[in-house]
Order: sequence, then C-alpha cells, then structure tokens
Amino acid sequence: MSGEPITGDVILDQIAASGIEFVVSVPDITTSAGLLWPLVHDSRFRLIRVCKEDEGVSICAAMSMCDKRALLLIQYTGLLDSINALRAAGCDYKLPVCIMAGLLAKEPGIPPMQSKSFGVRIVEPILDAMKIPHALLEDAGDERHIHPAIDEAYATSYPTALLIGRQM
Amino acid sequence: MMRRDLCFRILARHVRDEIIVPVYQAAQEWHGLRPDYALTYYSIGAMGQASSCALGLALARPDKRVLVLDGDGSLLMNLGTLVTIASQKPDNLLHFVCENGTYEANGGHPIPGRDQVDFAAMARAAGYVRADTIAVLEDFEAKIGALLRESGPVLVVLKLVAGPPPSQDYAFIHGAATRATFKRALGDTKSSRTRAY
Repeated sequence: MSGEPITGDVILDQIAASGIEFVVSVPDITTSAGLLWPLVHDSRFRLIRVCKEDEGVSICAAMSMCDKRALLLIQYTGLLDSINALRAAGCDYKLPVCIMAGLLAKEPGIPPMQSKSFGVRIVEPILDAMKIPHALLEDAGDERHIHPAIDEAYATSYPTALLIGRQM
Repeated sequence: MMRRDLCFRILARHVRDEIIVPVYQAAQEWHGLRPDYALTYYSIGAMGQASSCALGLALARPDKRVLVLDGDGSLLMNLGTLVTIASQKPDNLLHFVCENGTYEANGGHPIPGRDQVDFAAMARAAGYVRADTIAVLEDFEAKIGALLRESGPVLVVLKLVAGPPPSQDYAFIHGAATRATFKRALGDTKSSRTRAY
C-alpha cells in the first residue's frame, strides 16, 4: 500500500536542519518539480549544477575536508554512473558523501528491489555491497530518516544514500 | 617543450599557502619535491576527478587559492568539469594541465587526439576567464608569479616531454594519515572571506 506522499518542502527543511550548505546536482525528473526547482530559490542552500554526477561526488568529498556539508541530488542512473568515484572517494578514503537519488520509474508502494525496472532493482544491492547505508523516502513521515542519516555520514565519515521512491 | 619536474621545481619555490591538487605522476613528483607541504590534497579518488575536487575546495574555502596539477588524460576523462568550473566562476582556482600526450601511469599509450586537441581553446570556449599554453621553461618561470595572483578560473597548459620517472609512493598518496594531515593543515588556516550565494 502506498501512503500519503512525502513532499519536497519537508525534505528541504530536513536537509537544511542537517546543516547542508551546498547542494550539488544533475537534474532528475523524479525530483525536479518537488525538490530541485524549489531549491533554486531557497536561500538556505547554494546550488552547484554539474555536468556529470561523478563531479559531484568529488565536490562533496572535497568539501567535507573543509568541514562543509554538501548533498548530491541526482537520479539513480547517475549514481550507477558514479560508482567508481564513490568507491574511491567515499568508501576507500572514507569520506562522507551524502547522496539523494531519485528512483526514476519506481512504482509507488513497491519496494525498490521488487520494481519492474532492472535499474531500480539493482540500486540497493549495490549500495549494500559497498556497505553504504540507505533509506527510502517515499511516504509522509519518511523525512525522519534524513537528518540522522546525514549526521551519521559525517560522524562515521562514510557515504549515505537517501532514495526518493516516487516522483514529486 | 618542458620537463614537468623542472616546472614543479619552479612552482615549489613560489607556493606559500595555496592548496595544491596534483594527479597521478604529477602527485608523485610533487610529493618528491615537497613532501612536507601539508596543504596538498592527494585524495583525488577516481581518474579525472582532480579538478572537481579542486572546485569543491575552492568553493568551500574561497579564502584559499587552489592549484590543480591535472593531466591531459585525466582531463579528457572529465571534460565537463571545464564547463562546471567556468559556470561557478571560482576566482581562486588555477588549473594547470600537464600535457605530455600519454597515459603516463598506464603504459605510456597516447591519449586520443594527441597533437590535435587544444585544451586551452576548450577552456576558453567553456568560459574560463583566461587560458594559456606554455611550452618554454623560461616563460613558465617568468609568468608563474603573476599566474598565482591572477583572478580565475584560469587554465594553463604546460607542454611537456617525459622526464625521469618519479619515485612511487602510493601508500602515502592514498593514505588516511595524508588526508588527516591535509585537513588539519587546512583547519589551521582561518577563513576570513565569505561568498554570497
């Protein structure tokens, strides 16, 4: 069953409450209207538009060395494309790269690993293989995962992934 | 055409408190020359990512100048970085590209477009404030002081021939202790400049 959908404004509030100052992004239709467009006009954040997602992994990792918190807002396809950068900067170097990735075409109410989309199905197993914690943001109330996940990433100096489960 | 080690010897005499972001063989060479230079960010991660790391550092610490010692093969792996950097306009970023036409750390194979590709022209087209190519060591020595003061983003291609292979110390380059040293050194420098969003 699918509950009330999570909304972009509560996600942005939680991102801000987590101390995120920079949002690095490649647009994703899953989060475009609900998150990225509102974020453009949100003075709590500085938006850095990048050409490709692996740039964002490196930018976020480097910013962590300056004690600045950053979030990489992308589509899961960009996450898959950035696995080597994430492996190196996040997992090998143990740097807190925080990723929020839209699961394009995931069916609301269906767990990602049961999606009809092959790409969506393999996201969580890949994150598990890399020992990267992940949480699904899909229904109202799921925003409770955001702040603890980001805090844990910086406390443990390791990546985290927040997966947006429906288009907003 | 110049030797990279000789260029870096000149550069090493000029740096004061800049952040240096070197790649692969350039990193090995820089480490050999300035093993004590704690503001060196060796942790570039995947190939091609040095300039993206440098952009992150430049935006997070606008009070510090950031110098990338990139490679031609590395830059080819992340060409979009030129557009990203130009769009962000970090005036504290100086992007050197060590162009020797080869994948030096991977067997010396030629890069695609060797002797054809013009990295300075690409940077200009992407929107860098300025881009230049230097092929004579005396020119590099004459220009480096001004380059380090220039408002960026600026890209400078260094036309290089192979020099003696640097010693290899990957354990140092990728080590956690090296990152901790960098972070501590960076934290010891106070940020006095902020940037409006």
